[in-house]
Amino acid sequence: MLRYLLRRIGMIVPTFVAVTFLSFMLIRLVPGDPIEVRAGEHGVPPERLAEFRHQFGLDQPLWKQFLDYEAQLLHGDFGTSIVTQDSVLHAFFQLFPATIELSVCAILFAVLVGMPLGVIAAVKRGSGFDYGLMGISVTGASMPIPWWGLMMILIFSVALGWTPVSGRISDAYFIDPVTGFMLIDCWWSDDAGACTSAASHLILPTIVLGTIPLAVVARMTRSAMLEVLSEDYIRTARAKGLGGLRVVVIHALRNALIPVVTVIGLQVGSLLSGAILTETIFSWPGVGHWLIESIQRRDYPVLQGGTLLIATLVMLVNLGVDMTYGFLNPRIRR
Amino acid sequence: MIKRNLAAAGMIALAAAAVGAVPSPAGAKTLVYCSEGSPENFNPMLNTTGTTFDANRPIYQRLVAFTPGTTKTEPSLAESWDISADGKTITFHLRHGVKWQSNKDFTPTRDFNADDVIFSFERQWKDSNPYHKVSGGGYSYFGDMDLPKILSSIDKIDDYTVRFVLNMPQAPFIPDMAMDFASIQSKEYADALLKAGKPEQIDQVPIGTGPFELQQYQRDSTIRYRAFKDYWGTKPHIDTLVFSINKDPAVRLAKLRANECQVMSFPNIADLPAIREDKSLQLMEQPGLNIGYLAFNVQKKPLDDVRVRKAINMAIDKKAILAAVYQGAGLPAKNLIPPTMWSYNDQVQDFPYDPAAAKKLLAEAGLPDGFDTDLWAMPVQRPYNPDAKRIGELMQADLAKVGIKAKIVSYEWGEYRKRVQAGEHMMAQLGWTGDNGDPDNFFSPLASCAAARPGGGSSTKWCNEKFDALIQKAATLSDQADRAKLYEQAQVIMHEDAPYFLIAHSVVFMPMRANVVGYKMSPFGAHDFANVDLK
Amino acid sequence: MSSTASAPVQATGAAARPMPGTLRLFWRSFAENRGAVLGLSITLVLIVVALLADVVAPHSPIEQFRDNFLTPPVWAQGGTARFLLGTDDVGRDILSRLIFGARLSLLIGIAVVALSLAVGTVLGLLAAFAGGFVDVAIMRMMDIVLVFPSLLLAIVIVAILGPGLFNAMIAVAIVTLPSYTRLTRAAALSELARDYVTATRCAGAGPLRLMFNTVLPNCVAPLIVQATLGFATAILDAAALGFLGLGAQPPTPEWGTMLAGALQFYQRAWWVLAFPGLAILLTVLAFNLFGDGLRDALDPKLRR
Repeated sequence: MLRYLLRRIGMIVPTFVAVTFLSFMLIRLVPGDPIEVRAGEHGVPPERLAEFRHQFGLDQPLWKQFLDYEAQLLHGDFGTSIVTQDSVLHAFFQLFPATIELSVCAILFAVLVGMPLGVIAAVKRGSGFDYGLMGISVTGASMPIPWWGLMMILIFSVALGWTPVSGRISDAYFIDPVTGFMLIDCWWSDDAGACTSAASHLILPTIVLGTIPLAVVARMTRSAMLEVLSEDYIRTARAKGLGGLRVVVIHALRNALIPVVTVIGLQVGSLLSGAILTETIFSWPGVGHWLIESIQRRDYPVLQGGTLLIATLVMLVNLGVDMTYGFLNPRIRR
Repeated sequence: MIKRNLAAAGMIALAAAAVGAVPSPAGAKTLVYCSEGSPENFNPMLNTTGTTFDANRPIYQRLVAFTPGTTKTEPSLAESWDISADGKTITFHLRHGVKWQSNKDFTPTRDFNADDVIFSFERQWKDSNPYHKVSGGGYSYFGDMDLPKILSSIDKIDDYTVRFVLNMPQAPFIPDMAMDFASIQSKEYADALLKAGKPEQIDQVPIGTGPFELQQYQRDSTIRYRAFKDYWGTKPHIDTLVFSINKDPAVRLAKLRANECQVMSFPNIADLPAIREDKSLQLMEQPGLNIGYLAFNVQKKPLDDVRVRKAINMAIDKKAILAAVYQGAGLPAKNLIPPTMWSYNDQVQDFPYDPAAAKKLLAEAGLPDGFDTDLWAMPVQRPYNPDAKRIGELMQADLAKVGIKAKIVSYEWGEYRKRVQAGEHMMAQLGWTGDNGDPDNFFSPLASCAAARPGGGSSTKWCNEKFDALIQKAATLSDQADRAKLYEQAQVIMHEDAPYFLIAHSVVFMPMRANVVGYKMSPFGAHDFANVDLK
Repeated sequence: MSSTASAPVQATGAAARPMPGTLRLFWRSFAENRGAVLGLSITLVLIVVALLADVVAPHSPIEQFRDNFLTPPVWAQGGTARFLLGTDDVGRDILSRLIFGARLSLLIGIAVVALSLAVGTVLGLLAAFAGGFVDVAIMRMMDIVLVFPSLLLAIVIVAILGPGLFNAMIAVAIVTLPSYTRLTRAAALSELARDYVTATRCAGAGPLRLMFNTVLPNCVAPLIVQATLGFATAILDAAALGFLGLGAQPPTPEWGTMLAGALQFYQRAWWVLAFPGLAILLTVLAFNLFGDGLRDALDPKLRR
């Protein structure tokens, strides 16, 4: 296990350096200038522009900028926003809990709804339920997220008025961001309704972001279950007279879990893509929202640092998935 | 069985939602303002956007203030001022007993005084000031208002008297001092932060003299202010002011309707009729100090021919643009300056919409079959132009009818403005928002010969000597009536040479709950809640 | 063998065209899957509509009817039969825009898939054949691309190239590249271990011939499946870019761009939002169903 772990970590380091390089280079290629973007119709006189560029090191040769950047990173400094003058790391940690909260809810939603549905579909293979679920699942996987989100708002928030339109909590509540997770912080609030409000704000974004993972999880659970159910030891267990539910839950599901966990892990990257869109639609103050804004503002340091942090995170999650996989399936550890 | 469980889960979720959607107002009087974006930081000196200015206005004050709802000035942190006969020396007499706000790391030991004034200007002006480079040091407005050139010295006479000496007389100097960039920061706070080694905090955790102090800022989500109990002026009626940030105007309106906020900024014009109908809402409106236009690059063929420019002016259906895109939120423009500004020439007659005449003019200019051109549309919404791409499409369709094939072109916003100023376009949409209410603030930066140089502010590159002489002369005179005459003549010349297709002056709307009282719309587009109350 | 033998007999009949055995087997197993047939049918309809857009569409997709801003669809109150699905905010017929948009969506699918398939196949084969450093370099590159959330990467690429339909297609092609590369490499590696490859190699076939004539044809099945599913992904991603204002520029009737244009009006006029989204959903769904069916039919191991 340790050797496996070390090998996986060893692979991460060069990837990380390459990722810093790629994010650095890509962002330098984006046309437009952060200073120019900020100026309104007035524009900026060239001499002042030159002064600013010098101050942010943008007039240095590219290789020097890159080396400076790597040196900064080694000191744990992810840069400072040109627009807000705030540290990128500071902003990231302010916003990231919102993204995690939403993503975790979406994954939970996908797993808690998708796995049971997949199990039932497998058990009742070929039934109307099975066909219906597979139809819904492929539809869910085909969903254009921006449209889906807006339709949900249109129906549930605008027409029916059941759910709030956007944001994380009603502005009437004053929440001290102790952890940054609204569902936790709301317990410290004096107002009784704070947690209800936070929960109600989560409903639509969770469903929208969870739709594609739900489709994938349901499908994957079903096919993994089908495979396991047809194996000999399950037949043996059944032949031994073990009850249907017990066989399904204890024997089959445990073994079907491996591919499902892998699939959930692989969803993290696409979940973040979905989060960018979902956060944009629901004005969810998370990192996706923040990165889109920083592209529009040509805020190089934020874009660079933010992409790097996200990419690092995806790498770590992938590592985590591999670990879990190894834990669930001891054969891999060798 | 599964179905029933799902349905039950759904019911619980929806029940939770229904309760959550109606928040209980928290004891004290709270006003929530649905604003359109996050402030860049908490220092108006560094910024140029209205959104940032709005977020700073509750906190900071200036020597001079604009009287709410007007372009007139009144005393604020300066109780009075004297201007010398030659107009070059201005002496401000500062207000006594003005308290600074505090936060958990800083408690002021003294009141506001001359040191604070000098610090706030020297920070923007002098390289030697330790704060000059803090937070990126981009003092755009200070430069745009030409203050580095105009200012000669700022001296402290005593703790409550400050003297500004100018290099030249400057009529709009007092209104300039009421602009947001001229906000006053605390020197004592600055010194304390410098000692603590975190000077940039001054622009992140602000200390001001205004009616509200910052309580909490949650990025991209909310800004919370509470009334400052030691405020020197009339205490605000509300105890808590909240800016609830949301980029989508439809969402802001939905929140306003649900009474989740009481005032909102920049509604979708498409929603105005519905807002007017809603009994629980009121809608305030005011023409903005702005102009949106399509600029012809007169240095490029065939737009160098005034007949072609006139033909385009007659080929585009301005009414359709105002109906489809501005939807009543715009006044059709025929002059570069808005009608609310003094010296506006109402005698000028706009070009009629007449495609047949346009075709004839084109034929006279030797282009009976029209020509190919580009038509630039900026990628962002601007106060004077709600949707440049839509307007571009409408213009494109109209131009096609007289044989002009226009291709819509767009660039990233900073790039767009730079390329237009370099004169790369043939036709480009752009516009202007006034800073201080003076006509010179429109004509000089947009249409003077100096601005027509490559990279200059003019997007037409139009240089008419007669026009230029008139506006140059008007800028040096001090009598407003004399100036107005010259500007009126200049507008006639501009109309005859048609360097623009002038689109519209937008109207600014502010929807709010019916129980909001005391809100005054600012001609500059500022959002100010100091005097607002809830019935 | 028996079906090939009977083929000449059938060929004389007018109706039944001869089908090589494998193809027929494939079709039989494909046709069993109702979802797949449905997907294929929708796809065919879409292709026909796209090809005949000029004939089918009641109006020009960019003509503005200035008296008909935001007309509701025909069945809603205030609707007119002139505009079956209503008009948008500058008075363009939504149905016609959707019909012409079908062309663009298919174009996006074809272009993106062709591009990433071609490049991905070559890279994958190269990695499999060259092995060693080249293999590691190529595959590490793909890993790195995968570490970025695909939409974020696509947005950055479009920001570099500038917004527009063509650039959006390039961006989507780049972010979908790794899946083709990985797939080709894996398939080629497993083929390379087989005896017939060794035999061909011993017979003196050059590496290029070995690559494209011997190995590639045997990797085609998974690539076809991936390409069909890739079609769906391409359309979805391009629509997301269009929604963020980075895809096709107006007045192009691209579906994602239409969604973006609907943002200001959707609370007042649901149809400007609902129909373009439905069109995207239906198209993507069709390709997904079709692709799933293909996979099941081509790869018996994966069936059920």
